Amino acid sequence: MKKFKENLPGHIFLLLALSSISALALITGFIVVRGAPIITDVGLKDFAFGMSWAPSLEEYGIFPMIIGTVAVSLGAALIGVPIGICCSIFLSEFAPPFITAIFRPAIQLLAGIPSVVYGFWGLIFIVPFIRDYLGGPGLSILAASIILAIMILPTVISISEVSLLALPKQYKEGALALGLTHWQTIRIVMLPAAKSGIVAAVILGIGRAIGETMAVIMIVGNAVAMPESILDPVRTLTTNIGIEMGYATGVHQEALFATGIVLFIVIMILNATAQYIVSSGKQARGKERQKS
Amino acid sequence: MKPMKPSARTSEYLAKGMIWAAAMSVMIVLVAIIVYILIKGLPVLNFSFLTQNPYNMGRSGGIASTIVGTLYITLVAILIAVPFGIGTAFYLAEYTRENIITRIIRFSAESLAGIPSIIYGLFGFIFFVIYLGMGWSILAGGLTLAFMVLPTIIRTSEEAIRAVPQIYREASYSLGATKWQTIIKTVFPSAIQGIVNGIILSVGRCIAETAAVIFTAGSVLSMPFSLFDSTRTMAVHFYILASEGVSMENAYGTAALLIILIFVVNVGVNLLVSRFINKNQKR
Repeated sequence: MKKFKENLPGHIFLLLALSSISALALITGFIVVRGAPIITDVGLKDFAFGMSWAPSLEEYGIFPMIIGTVAVSLGAALIGVPIGICCSIFLSEFAPPFITAIFRPAIQLLAGIPSVVYGFWGLIFIVPFIRDYLGGPGLSILAASIILAIMILPTVISISEVSLLALPKQYKEGALALGLTHWQTIRIVMLPAAKSGIVAAVILGIGRAIGETMAVIMIVGNAVAMPESILDPVRTLTTNIGIEMGYATGVHQEALFATGIVLFIVIMILNATAQYIVSSGKQARGKERQKS
Repeated sequence: MKPMKPSARTSEYLAKGMIWAAAMSVMIVLVAIIVYILIKGLPVLNFSFLTQNPYNMGRSGGIASTIVGTLYITLVAILIAVPFGIGTAFYLAEYTRENIITRIIRFSAESLAGIPSIIYGLFGFIFFVIYLGMGWSILAGGLTLAFMVLPTIIRTSEEAIRAVPQIYREASYSLGATKWQTIIKTVFPSAIQGIVNGIILSVGRCIAETAAVIFTAGSVLSMPFSLFDSTRTMAVHFYILASEGVSMENAYGTAALLIILIFVVNVGVNLLVSRFINKNQKR
């Protein structure tokens, strides 16, 4: 009896842990069950590569939205990743302590600002700017890319900073002792050594960009059409769900869940890749330590 | 002619300049967003705006019911996510070695953390609202958000528990304490600040969330009373006001309050973290 009593908390904790992770199974299960029928009805090829999305005509093709999602998140990565990596180098190498003390909480705050506020700010500042100076309707791939680039910064910065700070001190000291300048040390020694963490940061950042909904809805234009330039409006997978879920019923609603399945699969692949890269990076470093 | 390669000194300056410029531009953007919203929104924020219910779809009146709705949903989410999150964290940190089960738990938690909020919204709609028959309600919205913040709570709690020095546990055992006594009397009090930190972060995420609650809690404007009432959170209210152009003035006011709340939450977290670090250093 005493033994049972002593083991009881462990069993309860295990139970809580198992129910926590069953969340993932529940989410996967319910979304797949609700969305899969329409994919088999329409056919995976026509669903994923169909060019026309017209629920009133029962046409459900999401290819323009896949292209829209890819365009918007690639744009966000092109703008956000270099800035994010620069910021992580800044934080781990260049910033004086009093600036770090402001900068780090500021990045956290950036992560906490509601996405609708970002979207709104984009609508007020970025969209008119693009419309007036670059042409097009303003609501565009470019506008969404810029706002998403800001939104993925916290993810990119925090994960790459952690991987830069985790590097053994000897790497930097050795490089400096060989007469490299600070920047050469960063470029030739530190960035390559922190590569796995930085790549994971970029992948997770892109994942965030792909998954963001509310900010994008407000500034991307939401037209279901193949874009010809970055100044054209598009619709993304997330905004398709966000806009139409409010009133969709029946088969239309199933089609939105099917859109969710596609989104879910893409995100899971990105997540798993990032996790794999991080854990294999850790193992490699562990082995190196054992050798030395 | 070969293009001239900049000398090490020049590229050092160039790189430094570029990195400083990137960092400063991020700060400028952050300040620009916050200052703009506050300048436009603060004049709207007054006592009656905070205490009156919205009238005429939010065109006039205040935002009292959306504040109550937000608090209500956040409370439900936190109350449900905290026991599961902390329990999972204790299991991972104290009760097991690395094995296949911990790897599955970690993989699931990391994956949950990466799932977009719109997917949580879809799931909450089909599972809580339709399948379990809760309808658009505070309960459905709160449960959906609980799923969403669970990975945050697991991760921060596990880190906090692992940060407790091993000597504490050994000292406790050497005094004859059982494992459970050690955890409840020694580990938990030492880790509490880190755990609370994660909870506050989750509160911030609940307050800021839109996509996951709009399909699960609905967007009814009246004052909610029971768990089964539909409600509209501040973030959803702001989205509807701003995107449908209902009332820019009230939209700015709501946004300013959201920013202030998020700011307070973040400052709270940072104070806790710095106190935590100071305390550990003193030891």
